[in-house]
Amino acid sequence: MQLIKDGAIIADEWTALADEDALPATGPVIVSLDRFKLEQNLLLARKDKLGIRLKSGEAPEQIKDFLDRLALVALEFPAYRNGRAFSYAYLLRERYGFKGELRAVGAVLRDQFNYLARVGFDAYEVRDNITPEIFKLSVSAFEHDYQPSADSKPAVLSLRQRRLAAQKAT
Amino acid sequence: MYRYDEFDQQLVNERVAQFRDQVTRRLAGELSEDEFKMSRLMNGVYLQLHSYMLRIAIPYGTLSSRQVHKLADITRKYDKGYGHFTTRQNLQLNWPALKDIPDLLAELASVEMHCIQTSGNCIRNTTSDHHAGAAPDELEDPRVICEVIRQWSTFHPEFSFLPRKFKIAVSATEHDRAAIRVHDIGIQIVKNAAGEIGYEVWAGGGLGRTPIIGKKVGDFVPREDLLAFLESVLRVYNMFGRRDNLYKSRIKILVHEVGADEIRRQVAAEFKEVKARGTLQLPEEEVARIRKYFAPPEFETLSDDVPEINAAAAKDKGFADWLKSNISAHKQPGYTIVNISLKPVGLTPGDCSADQMDVVADIAEKYAFSEIRVAHEQNLCLAHVRRKDLYEVYTALKAADLGTPNIGLITDQIACPGLDYCNLANARSIAIAQRLSERFQDIEFQQKIGRLHLNTSGCINACGHHHVGHIGILGVDKKGVEYYQVTLGGAADETAAIGDIVGPAFTEGEIVDAIDTIVKIYLDLRQGDEIFIDTYRRVGVQPFKDKLYAAH
Amino acid sequence: MAQHSRKGAQFQAVTANRLLDGIVVYLTKNDDWSESLQDAEVAEGKEAADALLARGALFFEPKNLVIDVYLFEVEQTDAGIRASSVREIIRQAGPTVRKDLGKQAELDGVHA
Repeated sequence: MQLIKDGAIIADEWTALADEDALPATGPVIVSLDRFKLEQNLLLARKDKLGIRLKSGEAPEQIKDFLDRLALVALEFPAYRNGRAFSYAYLLRERYGFKGELRAVGAVLRDQFNYLARVGFDAYEVRDNITPEIFKLSVSAFEHDYQPSADSKPAVLSLRQRRLAAQKAT
Repeated sequence: MYRYDEFDQQLVNERVAQFRDQVTRRLAGELSEDEFKMSRLMNGVYLQLHSYMLRIAIPYGTLSSRQVHKLADITRKYDKGYGHFTTRQNLQLNWPALKDIPDLLAELASVEMHCIQTSGNCIRNTTSDHHAGAAPDELEDPRVICEVIRQWSTFHPEFSFLPRKFKIAVSATEHDRAAIRVHDIGIQIVKNAAGEIGYEVWAGGGLGRTPIIGKKVGDFVPREDLLAFLESVLRVYNMFGRRDNLYKSRIKILVHEVGADEIRRQVAAEFKEVKARGTLQLPEEEVARIRKYFAPPEFETLSDDVPEINAAAAKDKGFADWLKSNISAHKQPGYTIVNISLKPVGLTPGDCSADQMDVVADIAEKYAFSEIRVAHEQNLCLAHVRRKDLYEVYTALKAADLGTPNIGLITDQIACPGLDYCNLANARSIAIAQRLSERFQDIEFQQKIGRLHLNTSGCINACGHHHVGHIGILGVDKKGVEYYQVTLGGAADETAAIGDIVGPAFTEGEIVDAIDTIVKIYLDLRQGDEIFIDTYRRVGVQPFKDKLYAAH
Repeated sequence: MAQHSRKGAQFQAVTANRLLDGIVVYLTKNDDWSESLQDAEVAEGKEAADALLARGALFFEPKNLVIDVYLFEVEQTDAGIRASSVREIIRQAGPTVRKDLGKQAELDGVHA
């Protein structure tokens, strides 16, 4: 596995801690929601960055009060047909205003990157055969989108309204 | 009808390119079948018994003559010269080669058509009333909002990997011809006391293994909020719908398990948030832009009274029969709706040859403003025909074997492809439908029976809508042998009901006689001008049970 | 989905659909795929059937020529190989409601 962030392959600075792993003294760690609940004070007291990993079924509402203390939220895709985390991502970005890294982990396919990027993911754990070129091809498959989402692209609706306004102006 | 602007066209073109790349990667072995399956299903490509199958989207069942001519060409060039119209108002090709599908899609794109989201766990083709724009009691043309929904749901980033498929239907008349109560979401267009148009939203209906009638979740959603409301329902479903069991993953199970009141509460809470955000508010300019495409054609001022039609009917019995069943009332005087039956005796319900497609397209061009509709009952329809042209239209249709006078009668059957084509099927359904149409082919007997919906499915997935047939037939497999179970009393309209199982299943050899017996029992019991479903609702299942199984 | 083989089926053959065009094919003795059931290799007993299926599966992965490879029950008669279930009879012949289409219109040796 490798990490693509903002379209490039980068070294992963984060340590994904299993629940039984000892908490390292320093360095950014990603913990499960269960562990976060158990060791919340300890984890928040550390100086280094903290990330939480949510399983499918663990709605982000449970961590919304801590989002300003989190630098990363990882959302699990247990199977590529399981699209629950698309809603989680959208809510984290659009409703709870999460600005940190939103990382897709688990079963995602290259033909899903465009959907993932649109709901607000900016980092992806991917198979080793995914290159930045492939990633770019996937996310740029469609220039415009019909509906607004968590990306910054204007939806077709807004583009049509702009065109209409321009027509009126001339 | 709606025409693509540059954004619509670009998106469809980009989809063709994307799918071409996916097919190339699949054939080169870079993409495993398992990975490819998700992509091909999002584009309507299935693997069936004999070959691949391609499902072409026909948004809300509306086509132009130009599009129908193109479909005819495509079936000749890439398939075996025919297609199958489905209960989602789509068209299926039974024999396309995977390697040809990208070229086929490019041809479709050239007439503003596609196969996007005709399969997969996403929002499917939104269906509607095939009489849209012509029905006398319609509150507004439902296709305007269908097109709004089509665009919103196309490649929706959040709702393309739902727990299961998701079907939406819209009706703008009180009499529901779109079966909205057996959809994941059904939308009934309504008017309030102040005369404003709004949308009543039903959720959690569906057929399949667990047939359920939908529950009302929104009483009067204003137009500007409709997308926000739909997004709220979909988000609740995507977050909380079950993913542990394929058979329990439709929204109907969520609504059923959580309860309608709790779903209403969750949707209302979500709707409040979505609405407050405001990004999904539907601008009136956009509605107006789309509405322009559905403006009524330029009707002539005509009278409903056309003596020459009566004269022709007096001379031509076939025409007289056809007028009795295949014509529906139109809102404009002097015009009528022509329903074209795709249920000739002994052939496949919903099948249409390339030559027939060309004939229908030509007739539509000459007599019906170049517009063709697909009905969810697997028929076609010309929405605006001058009454005075009816005999010419009938004659032209009849010459192409499209003049069967049986709309709404017992031989106007819905049947899924069944085991003759489908990989999921347990038993044949077309073959049964054919034998039933042969048994009941006497048109006068059909007219005597009156309106009766006879629907057949070849497996529990219920693509043949057997649960909502007045009489339903379900094919089952017992150790490699076909058996048929009968349900009675189903209905798909505003009185929607799920049929009751009448008793043990019949063999392939017995099923036609069993249906014959049911019809005879009904004719014996019927009072006045009751149709089958009225009689059934009055007397219940018992009289049918008694006689049907007494003979055994 | 309808049943392919009864438990304890004596004779079985391997079928699949061709990747390029989806057409129904059968695994032959020479490790080819034929459109005709009459060319199929028939395995007797479970062990032979499993071995036949394993050979067929190689053409799915890694060879990438066919998809949906599986065993189904057949009978051996004087007139040739016969599929046992309605489903497999239809697959080797074509739709029963369109006799002009599919293998029944193109090949010798199909059966009803």
